[in-house]
Amino acid sequence: MTDAGYIPESDQPSDTIIAELRSVSKHFGDVVAADNLNLSIRKGEFLSFLGPSGCGKTTALRMLAGFEAPTSGDVLLDSEVVNNLEAHRRPVNMVFQHYALFPHLTVEQNIGYGLRQQRPRLAKPVIAEKVRKTLELVRLDGFEKRRIWEMSGGQQQRVALARAIVNEPKLLLLDEPLAALDRKLRKEMQIELQNLQRSLGITFVLVTHDQEEALSMSDRICIMRDGRIVQIGSPRDLYDQPKNRYVAGFVGTSNFFDGKVSGTGRDHVSVTLAGGLILEGVAVGDIANGQDVCVSVRPEQIRLNRSPDKKEGFPVTVSNRIFLGEHTEYLVKHESLGEFLVLTPRQTELNDGPFNTGDTLLASWDPGAALILDRA
Amino acid sequence: MTQRTRNWLLLAPAGTWFLVMLIVPLTVVLIYSFGERATAGGYSPAFTFEQYANLPARWAAFKNTMVLAPVGTLAALLIAYPVAYFLAVRVSPKWKTILLVLVIVPFWTSILIRSYAWIFLLGGRGIPALLEWIGIEGVRLINTPFSVLIGIIYGYLPLMVFPIYVNLERLDKRLLEASSDLGAKPWRTFIQITLPMSIPGIATGCMLVFILLMGEFLIPALLGGGKVFFVGNALVDLFLQSRNWPYGSAVAVTLVVVMLITVTIYMRLIKRLGAHREDVSLM
Repeated sequence: MTDAGYIPESDQPSDTIIAELRSVSKHFGDVVAADNLNLSIRKGEFLSFLGPSGCGKTTALRMLAGFEAPTSGDVLLDSEVVNNLEAHRRPVNMVFQHYALFPHLTVEQNIGYGLRQQRPRLAKPVIAEKVRKTLELVRLDGFEKRRIWEMSGGQQQRVALARAIVNEPKLLLLDEPLAALDRKLRKEMQIELQNLQRSLGITFVLVTHDQEEALSMSDRICIMRDGRIVQIGSPRDLYDQPKNRYVAGFVGTSNFFDGKVSGTGRDHVSVTLAGGLILEGVAVGDIANGQDVCVSVRPEQIRLNRSPDKKEGFPVTVSNRIFLGEHTEYLVKHESLGEFLVLTPRQTELNDGPFNTGDTLLASWDPGAALILDRA
Repeated sequence: MTQRTRNWLLLAPAGTWFLVMLIVPLTVVLIYSFGERATAGGYSPAFTFEQYANLPARWAAFKNTMVLAPVGTLAALLIAYPVAYFLAVRVSPKWKTILLVLVIVPFWTSILIRSYAWIFLLGGRGIPALLEWIGIEGVRLINTPFSVLIGIIYGYLPLMVFPIYVNLERLDKRLLEASSDLGAKPWRTFIQITLPMSIPGIATGCMLVFILLMGEFLIPALLGGGKVFFVGNALVDLFLQSRNWPYGSAVAVTLVVVMLITVTIYMRLIKRLGAHREDVSLM
């Protein structure tokens, strides 16, 4: 699993809808865990629910698994309403957050568990063969007779994965599957999961609070907040065209400058900040004159410049510098904009830098890089 | 002070206790069992196997104990398991505490008093009278093995409920979800996951109840009416009534040996059942 650098080209997920949430809400007493969710999951895609804890992403997953029934609305699997179909009758399998492996069974018995429940019964050799193939797939051959507690965290993770995929589910649900692994292992598992998904063609639905995880693996991401879906889209769409400040802040890092729309042109919108400064940018979605908005500029879109002959840009002072290898992250301060982050590639440093704390520089960006977003 | 000395110092109170309260009395009993009864009762030093040769005279007591102790343990297990399961898995947290207290409530009164209540219930004016009223006549409950069984199940039920409850309470409920997710119907989940995972609790409960039952004498005395007696009753009789200490000692030694053998076999069995488990600690 160390040399899994190559990721096959994503197959275009088909247009067949395998699962669907239609106006699904879930209440636990007074708590609204899911509020009017509408979502179609395409066959063969890798979809992620991304949001902070308590945003309803796990509830959505549990309704797909059959552990919770929606309070209102419909959950569909293969175009059939399955609201009250029990988990054990659904062709859906889940990889649990802490794996939930059976401690009294061997690795082999854990993986074969689902196959042994099938009626009509599968022949023993058939089960053994499927288990063997799956073990090979997750690179655990030779571990058949091991006990769960004899396995490392990463190995347990792969047993949990094997236990689910051996049943060839229509949907594979993954509830924060990598949360318990250390950083390096998590990276490797991300690639492995993605490879597995592509080669098996199983639809993956992942729940995570880790934006990097969602961005690196998913075909589509569904951003959630307070039980609602905020935006659904490909990682690139979400990064480049965030619907509002919440999405921009959750997908990647960004600098936000609050202000009011003071003029709407054909291409550009002008925003007057509290200090009277006017910024130009591109509106995402409908923006009205006078609306409270924020201007979002990604740190890597900002250029820092030493040369004083250039007029354009904002004079800033460097207040902190963090060397990240490929990039250097600067925290700079403008008297009206306040402090914001700038990510500078190494090459700039070599040409013009390095910039030191206390240096006065010019910060600038293309108007196209500034997104005018709803402040929600 | 080295770690070693400290360990020994910490163990000293328990060690002394064991020596004085367990090893010494057992040794005394062992020595007595080879003696003779003094003419006025009690012990007179000798070395004879006569007491052991006389053991068959008390065969009935051994038989009753060896039948009713395991049967009582098994019956208590069958009744206690659903209760423990219900308390641990099904009951909402709000009710749990109340119901748990209800399980312990009987312990607030002495077993003696509670057994007297059973004497009434099982006696002529109790349940049999009720049965007669609905047309079933001639039922005799008191002073039968059945009434003793009822008594011991009643008395020892909480001791069986608690270890199993604690075990099931700690059971990771996500395992049950995982089983269901993998297509197991609820009862298959119970057979394949819940039951095997609760073996430690079952083992502890059975061991606890069985060992205490082997030494029981109060319930057979009250509900068995001298007809159904345990080894415990034989001991009370031999030591307090006929004052035949050496014979009583021989019976006691035999009981200890029988118990050691049974418990050893039992431990082996359970260990084999849970041999592949790291989480099985038997007691």
